[in-house]
Amino acid sequence: MRARALDDVFAALAAEGEEAKILAGGQSLVPALNMRLLEPRLLIDINGVPGLGAIAEHDGGLRIGALARHAELGRSPLVARLAPLIRQAIPHIAHPAIRNRGTFGGSLAQADPAAELPACAVALDALIHVASVRGERRVAAHAFFKGLYETALAPGEIITAIDIPKPAPGTRTAFLELARRRGDYAMIGLAATARIEDGAMRAPRLVFFGVGVKPVEAMAAAGALDGGALRDRIAAAREALGEDLDPPGDLQADSATKLHLARVLLARGVHALAAGAA
Amino acid sequence: MSEAVDIRLTVNGEAVARRVPARQNLVDFLREELGLTGTRAGCEHGVCGACTVRVDGAAVRACLVFAAQLDGARVETIEGLSESGEIVDLQAAFHARNALQCGFCTAGILVAAAELLRDMPRPSRADIRDHLSGNYCRCTGYHAIVDAVETVARQRGAAGNTP
Repeated sequence: MRARALDDVFAALAAEGEEAKILAGGQSLVPALNMRLLEPRLLIDINGVPGLGAIAEHDGGLRIGALARHAELGRSPLVARLAPLIRQAIPHIAHPAIRNRGTFGGSLAQADPAAELPACAVALDALIHVASVRGERRVAAHAFFKGLYETALAPGEIITAIDIPKPAPGTRTAFLELARRRGDYAMIGLAATARIEDGAMRAPRLVFFGVGVKPVEAMAAAGALDGGALRDRIAAAREALGEDLDPPGDLQADSATKLHLARVLLARGVHALAAGAA
Repeated sequence: MSEAVDIRLTVNGEAVARRVPARQNLVDFLREELGLTGTRAGCEHGVCGACTVRVDGAAVRACLVFAAQLDGARVETIEGLSESGEIVDLQAAFHARNALQCGFCTAGILVAAAELLRDMPRPSRADIRDHLSGNYCRCTGYHAIVDAVETVARQRGAAGNTP
């Protein structure tokens, strides 16, 4: 069905329950349908719901509509200024024709553990707007991702928008990903932010993806970096990363390889943060 | 999922009105309903790029869009791009450089390459490879394709007909 308003979505979700799937960009959902991995009774196409695709400044930060396409995020001057991490991440998402359709809200709702935007949302402390017939609630990104393809979305709920808070002055960002082929899902990736003050790193945030069932924030490694002269702390942070990550092996790499690659990305990320413009 | 949906759209500039099964992918609609067989169904999960067409000016995977979603849309396929002459230089360069063998992937690659040259008039070879990374070709090894696209970028730049 073609929804023309959120009320249409709520009504259809209420009527069909788990048998209904929301169709946003469709770049993960339609492959699953084509391969007959999913057989929902109803698809609710939200592409005709007005206002869901807007990208606007809000409280000094950003409010991004759930239907904003990856390509639009990559081109947006507002995103470049207020959430450069997202701009850095976009080229790593699949391929141009996929980015022309795929949406921010869809990527978060899909919650693929190797996807780029969920990690960005956590690193940027995004606030995810979730609506249902019961009203609207907002979920912090770190609490939104629950497990493998599992989110805080309850039955009947839909993501409507994502708020990205205003970046603190002097914030720098870095986005790194390793994949065997351009456009593949990541073997491993890192979304990082930090402030650089007098040559020291302050309040670093290191969110890895492709290392578990959901984005993983590396608290111990970040703690080892915090406040230190940049290059002195890298070895300690690499060591500490072993406390943060216990990546399960997969078809691409075993656990030890993934941890090694995470340490490589950590060091590259710190150098990128140190070298990057604010 | 079994119901039919009425859609009106333009395909290669012509108005089309059809009742389509809700489940029909755009690539199947183009090929089976409209007879536009230049668009190929390859992997059918968005990886190979053979079905790439233009919808409302943007390259998309026709295997990952339902025809029922395209009420009011403007669809352009390789047939339309060929007839309009928009990519005549790309097609000539592909021919000259032997940038195709079996041709299965070529329509999708031309649609993708046309978008690259529209958005980035002077792409480097790395830019071309990056942009075409979502289009598989099992014959050419890509080198000739990159050559052809690069040639056209230079020709268009020299002709001054790029913005």
